[in-house]
Amino acid sequence: MDDLLADFLTETHEGLVALDAALVRLERSPEDAATLSEVFRIVHTIKGTCGFLGLSRMEAVAHAGENVLGRYRDGTLPVTAGGISLILKACDAIRAIVAGLEAGGAEPEGDDAGLIAALNAEANGEMANALAAPAASPPAPEPVAAPAPVARAPEPEPTAAKAAAPAPARPAAPPAEAEAAPGGGVAAQTIRVSVDVLEDLMMLVSELVLTRNQLLQLARTQSDSAFSVPLQRLSHITSDLQEGVMKTRMQPIGNAWAKLPRLVRDLSVELGKKIELEMRGAETELDRQVLELIKDPLTHMVRNSGDHGLEGPEDRRRAGKPETGHIRLNAYHEGGHIIIEIADDGRGLNIERIRQKALTQGLATEAELAGMSEREIQRFIFRAGFSTAAAITAVSGRGVGMDVVKTNIEKIGGTIEVHSKEGAGTKFLIKIPLTLAIVSALIVQAGSERFAVPQIGVVELVRVGGEGAAKLERIKDAPVLRLRDRLLPLVRLASLLQLDDAPAPEETGFVIVTQVGAHVFGIIVDRVFDTEEIVVKPVAPILRHVTMFSGNTILGDGSVIMILDPNGIARATGVGTEGSAGDAERDAARPAHLLHSDTKTAMLLFRAGDATPKAVPLGLVARLEDVAREKIELAAGKPLVQYRGQLMPLVPLSGFWDMGTAPERQPVLVFSNGDRAMGLMVEEILDVVDERLVIDAAGERPGYLGSAVICGKVTEVIDTAWWLRQDGGEDWFGAQGGAEKGHGQRILMVEDSAFFRTLVVPALSAAGYAVTAVADAEEALRLREAGAEFEAIISDINMPGMNGNAFARAVREGGPWQDLPMIALAGRAEPADIAHGREAGFTDYVAKFDRAALLESLRQCLAMTVAG
Amino acid sequence: MQQAMTGAAAESAKPSARGASPLGDAAAESYLTLTVADQLCGVPVLAVRDVLGAQTITRIPLAPPEVAGSLNLRGRIVTAIDLRRRLGLPARKPEEGQAMSVVVERDNELYSLLADQVGDVLPLPRADRAPNPPTLDPMWREVSVGVHRMGERLLILLDVERILAIG
Repeated sequence: MDDLLADFLTETHEGLVALDAALVRLERSPEDAATLSEVFRIVHTIKGTCGFLGLSRMEAVAHAGENVLGRYRDGTLPVTAGGISLILKACDAIRAIVAGLEAGGAEPEGDDAGLIAALNAEANGEMANALAAPAASPPAPEPVAAPAPVARAPEPEPTAAKAAAPAPARPAAPPAEAEAAPGGGVAAQTIRVSVDVLEDLMMLVSELVLTRNQLLQLARTQSDSAFSVPLQRLSHITSDLQEGVMKTRMQPIGNAWAKLPRLVRDLSVELGKKIELEMRGAETELDRQVLELIKDPLTHMVRNSGDHGLEGPEDRRRAGKPETGHIRLNAYHEGGHIIIEIADDGRGLNIERIRQKALTQGLATEAELAGMSEREIQRFIFRAGFSTAAAITAVSGRGVGMDVVKTNIEKIGGTIEVHSKEGAGTKFLIKIPLTLAIVSALIVQAGSERFAVPQIGVVELVRVGGEGAAKLERIKDAPVLRLRDRLLPLVRLASLLQLDDAPAPEETGFVIVTQVGAHVFGIIVDRVFDTEEIVVKPVAPILRHVTMFSGNTILGDGSVIMILDPNGIARATGVGTEGSAGDAERDAARPAHLLHSDTKTAMLLFRAGDATPKAVPLGLVARLEDVAREKIELAAGKPLVQYRGQLMPLVPLSGFWDMGTAPERQPVLVFSNGDRAMGLMVEEILDVVDERLVIDAAGERPGYLGSAVICGKVTEVIDTAWWLRQDGGEDWFGAQGGAEKGHGQRILMVEDSAFFRTLVVPALSAAGYAVTAVADAEEALRLREAGAEFEAIISDINMPGMNGNAFARAVREGGPWQDLPMIALAGRAEPADIAHGREAGFTDYVAKFDRAALLESLRQCLAMTVAG
Repeated sequence: MQQAMTGAAAESAKPSARGASPLGDAAAESYLTLTVADQLCGVPVLAVRDVLGAQTITRIPLAPPEVAGSLNLRGRIVTAIDLRRRLGLPARKPEEGQAMSVVVERDNELYSLLADQVGDVLPLPRADRAPNPPTLDPMWREVSVGVHRMGERLLILLDVERILAIG
């Protein structure tokens, strides 16, 4: 039902009820001018709105009634019982029409000529006819037996949640349904209360909650007080009252959607697309305040879906989809939250375009991008100024978009996720709290101050320092916590808030493990107190710029306390910035920010620069050399050494090298490629170990992939490619014999470990191949279904889920990839394994890290297919 | 507890604030006097909502230096502005006792101006007011609307709006 019409109906119902009462009063005291003008005003209002809404039948009746009342008011006609009954008859007629409107969305058929004639006669003072006429003439407009199916008017019809956008207002809910809801005119079940009253009520309840908390705190110190029982009761009643008042603020989310069908209709006309908007769960209720805040982001996203997401009918037909595109909104409750989905079945996010855009905008390097999962790349759309729309339309694509949406949603403590599949559509998932007014919070202390942390963001609490508790470790100055085999980046609240006027206590305290979006990090605090229900109050305008706080509140003991905003903290520390490499979610099953490898890898441990051990996969190192100091020469300020008849550039890992202070013998890690070589100068070579690598990329710095726990120690893993670029120049990997070069052949790489992807993908790209990397076999097979084409496949053997051999069998079974060359990558290359792999369908078998062998194998395989 | 009004100042501040209409124009030109590090200042009495004694003030990290913190006034959160800092005067030493709060309202938000002492409410007719001397410290010129001679001492009339224009 039209919003406007629904409002009108509510209003008219109220007006009619008031009118009945006033008319009866008027009949008793015909001289009462105040009542008379009230009656006149009500009828006049009804008439005016009818005209505006184009309800001609109702308008005619109201108009005739108004004429009579006008004469009464002007005193040119005496008020008579007959006249009043006529007006009451007119009211009944209007009421019948309203009932018809409610049931059918349009004015019911009917003839009011008799009634109108009688009213006009009365207005002209022709009393005699008038008395006779009304009895016979007003036709029963419609059986009044069809009350509204709608419980409360100003929401879009819940029974018709599905609204086809281009279609105009849907006619009539089926009559059966109408009869199924007896006894409910619009006005009967709701009363209209001004929002201000509700807000005031909410504020009072908030204060009551605070006072209750205060009393409870006092009572806690006195064990057997006579007050404790009534206080308990007061406490319960307060909680119930709080809940009740909260309910009054709840509104169906449909209110925020009401304008969307129109918007989508306009969009479809403007863009020449066929769009159908489907809305589910419109009756899901949430706090008015949240609703207001979510309205604009939702509108923006639906507009985006229509504009960018859905294709035109031509394209859709070509893609084998129905011409009409679907946008689906769905809202539902889930554990104290509301989930809103906005899904379309359009073209999906174009990963390649996003990648290009991220590159050109300098948001990430090629190597970083290579290591990212699709999900991570998709999250780039939430970065400021990121719009991939090729053309800026009037509708969207001005580069202010998803980042604003994300910020707005985070502002109310919500999160947003995107799931997209190229060619199949995009789905956004928004998770927002039910209410902002009262939240449960953990009270903590840092420095000498107390703060409240909303519990919604708290994952767990860990005691650190002291006997038997977990220990804080440091990488350089950054504190980290090893928590169940993962490295948790930590921030010290006291330092973050610059509270360090008192010397920091020993490393004992608590770590609040916090999750913001997909990022998990820890906040170090000194003490943890109770949890308390707090009423979030906004901070004074002069403090709004301090983003670390989401508000302030008054605690049970009467003191004021600041409420921390985990989002703000994440932003301030850089933990939660979108899309920094390896930092965002990798997949659902694993801790979000870890680069993972299930296979053991031989790592070379060494020391350089600072005390933290460094590591590099041994397979990447060609040789270890010990160069005498006097052999090292300087050319253009850069150290070089004559090595096997060539000049080999040396790069100091510590960042500087000085002839004077250099040790007599310089350990060098030699990396080679074809006939080129470069050396990385380190301080000391420690060990070679076989380790399962879990790299935490959080808090990375250039030149390092991240840190990992190796031999029980926090170790930084160097980014070999980055160091090679330092002196070898950009063309290091690319400077190969022309024979070896690929010609843009498309390679699919299936490798679960992002770590290896970051190593192999740039190498292959540099060799001239166009590489698409996916994290598992299932994803690869989905690509096959989506019609992606490749010239060769490189796959890991040991992968979670479908392993490499099973994947090879699946490929060989049939489909477009059946005859592609497939190269297996494996940690071990035992003859039995190789035989096994060949049996499964692999063309060749290459040891991981053996870049040269991989490139050679690729070249041969591709040559073979060309020849064959 | 925070309602504990202290001294004659509170007594005199409240009634005259309330009795604005009978006093008429006199109230409009009445000022509450306060001392900030020995400097006599005045704020329009009609702007003052409350005068409070020493309060527990919660520090607000990362706030502008002029913001001393926030306090609880009968369930409402009041942001405290340290007038000494706002006027660039030396910080209060512990032996100088605790500051008093003069609570003012702006845009539905309560602010407390922290002063060392709060004095009487005085009628200060506009006619007797001298303009800011041109040599006045620019920081003061910013927040002062004029100067009154009070016997031996000079009283600076503070513009509450401008005092609160921080950050």
